[in-house]
Amino acid sequence: MGMTMTQKILAAHAGLDHVEAGQLIRANLDMVLANDITGPVAINEFEKAEFDQVFDKSKVSLVMDHFTPNKDIKSAEQCMQCRTFARRFDLDNFYDVGNMGIEHALLPEKGLVAAGDAIIGADSHTCTYGALGAFSTGVGSTDLAAGMATGQAWFKIPSALKFELTGSLPENVSGKDVILHIIGMIGVDGALYKSMEFTGEGVKSLSMDDRLCITNMAIEAGAKNGIFPVDEITEAYMEGRVNRKWTKYEADPDAEYDETYTVDLSALRPTVSFPHLPENTKTIDEAGDVPIQQVVIGSCTNGRLSDMKIAAEILKGQHIHPDVRAIIIPATQQIYKECIKLGYLDAFIDAGCVVSTPTCGPCLGGHMGILAAGERCVATTNRNFVGRMGHVDSEVYLASPAVAAASAIAGKISGPKGGK
Amino acid sequence: MDAKGRVHKYGNNVDTDVIIPARHLNTQDHKELASHCMEDIDKDFVNKVKEGDIMVAGDNFGCGSSREHAPIAIKASGISCVIATTFARIFYRNSINIGLPILECAEASEKIQAGDEVTIDFNTGIITNVTKNETYQALPFPEFIKDIMAKGGLMNSLKS
Repeated sequence: MGMTMTQKILAAHAGLDHVEAGQLIRANLDMVLANDITGPVAINEFEKAEFDQVFDKSKVSLVMDHFTPNKDIKSAEQCMQCRTFARRFDLDNFYDVGNMGIEHALLPEKGLVAAGDAIIGADSHTCTYGALGAFSTGVGSTDLAAGMATGQAWFKIPSALKFELTGSLPENVSGKDVILHIIGMIGVDGALYKSMEFTGEGVKSLSMDDRLCITNMAIEAGAKNGIFPVDEITEAYMEGRVNRKWTKYEADPDAEYDETYTVDLSALRPTVSFPHLPENTKTIDEAGDVPIQQVVIGSCTNGRLSDMKIAAEILKGQHIHPDVRAIIIPATQQIYKECIKLGYLDAFIDAGCVVSTPTCGPCLGGHMGILAAGERCVATTNRNFVGRMGHVDSEVYLASPAVAAASAIAGKISGPKGGK
Repeated sequence: MDAKGRVHKYGNNVDTDVIIPARHLNTQDHKELASHCMEDIDKDFVNKVKEGDIMVAGDNFGCGSSREHAPIAIKASGISCVIATTFARIFYRNSINIGLPILECAEASEKIQAGDEVTIDFNTGIITNVTKNETYQALPFPEFIKDIMAKGGLMNSLKS
């Protein structure tokens, strides 16, 4: 029996010719990642076990992005612990306030992750890098500590779901709508323990930002990883960023999948996940009349330049609704600078939005946009669980940058013009 | 390696944001994390829970964020085992790695009710509901995981 793309990458990293679903392996890692929340717990475990070196100082990344710029004294101490550790081991990839960005936007932008890699990160959205044709998955802090020390992690070889994409996206529909539609279709545990492999002629119509958004939310369907094939778009993205050898893996023609789903991209509509689970999706046409008080455009899901562009085009020359606060967070310093250069920041600020330094902040209810009881927010983030962005009686509606920007203007959940 | 205690019961898709809300992730102190465990869906949990108690839930327990603070908070609150129909995969790994026993058993998840007294034999995977006089069979841990747990978690198993 043939292997899936994920199985081939894992087999190669375990030094095996062939693996099968369910097999336990130990794989060599190309990158291990932690942030200012998961890093300290990993460092504690690393130090408690008395390891005195990391496996490779160029393959450990620490990104201070969650509660930064430090939101309180305890957060400052957590960053200090990471900073001290990074200096002790002279880590090449320590990103602090000033050069940090949201980790899953930053690592691809810096060329630190590439096609064919095996990557773990102590952050559930580490599955993002599958967009580049890598095996990439979230783990906890103890796995991360072990990864920093040994350069290895144990995995159970996953089976896979195949998503055959056809057609191309209509105007005002983006990667976010694709993944929300899929999560609505298969549920928040629809891909539990499995790979989500995206394939088909529709792939070529998806930009790298669309693909990064889609694989980013594979975890919201319970998946171990999401992965795209490597094509000209992937190669163009890595060109000039990745300064090392990368490998293109392809699924065998006779690879076995638990299920195959066909998704016609051209039939998709702007999609919104209603509280309190990402699977509670409705198309914009079914959304009804939902007044809102806040909009967040940013996060590891939708804080990239094309997301900023979509929002800026809708907000330019408009003003947001008087009852709405709109918070826009370009995901990295590079994206922030591009937004200035392209005039997006003017468009945002003139429309009555605030623009923040990169941070995960409001996405997880950390800081920079916490909701009061009864408030509703349309967010381009990835989770709408109870209490995710603040009070347990607040509500988060997940949507694309286009829907979020249009909703900020309307003061209620709304589709962008042309999308509705 | 066995457990015995009273049951705290929850539903499907209990996510790590409600197990330990992100506003408390500015600490790594186990007791402090435990003092906020489950507070967004069960404010009274921290007052009710007793050492050795057992948590039972439905599908996809521990979904969402990779925060290891979630199984840490549950373990430090005194819970001796979590039983669910299924677990989210990162939560599953994290629990094994920190030595919090967890078992997948659909029948136990369905039939056990809040307040029932339950005993668990980890070696055989047999769950006994003392209150209802019923037993349920969970899959025992594979040898690979038994080895990690016997050595007191992943980091200790690496050293040996």
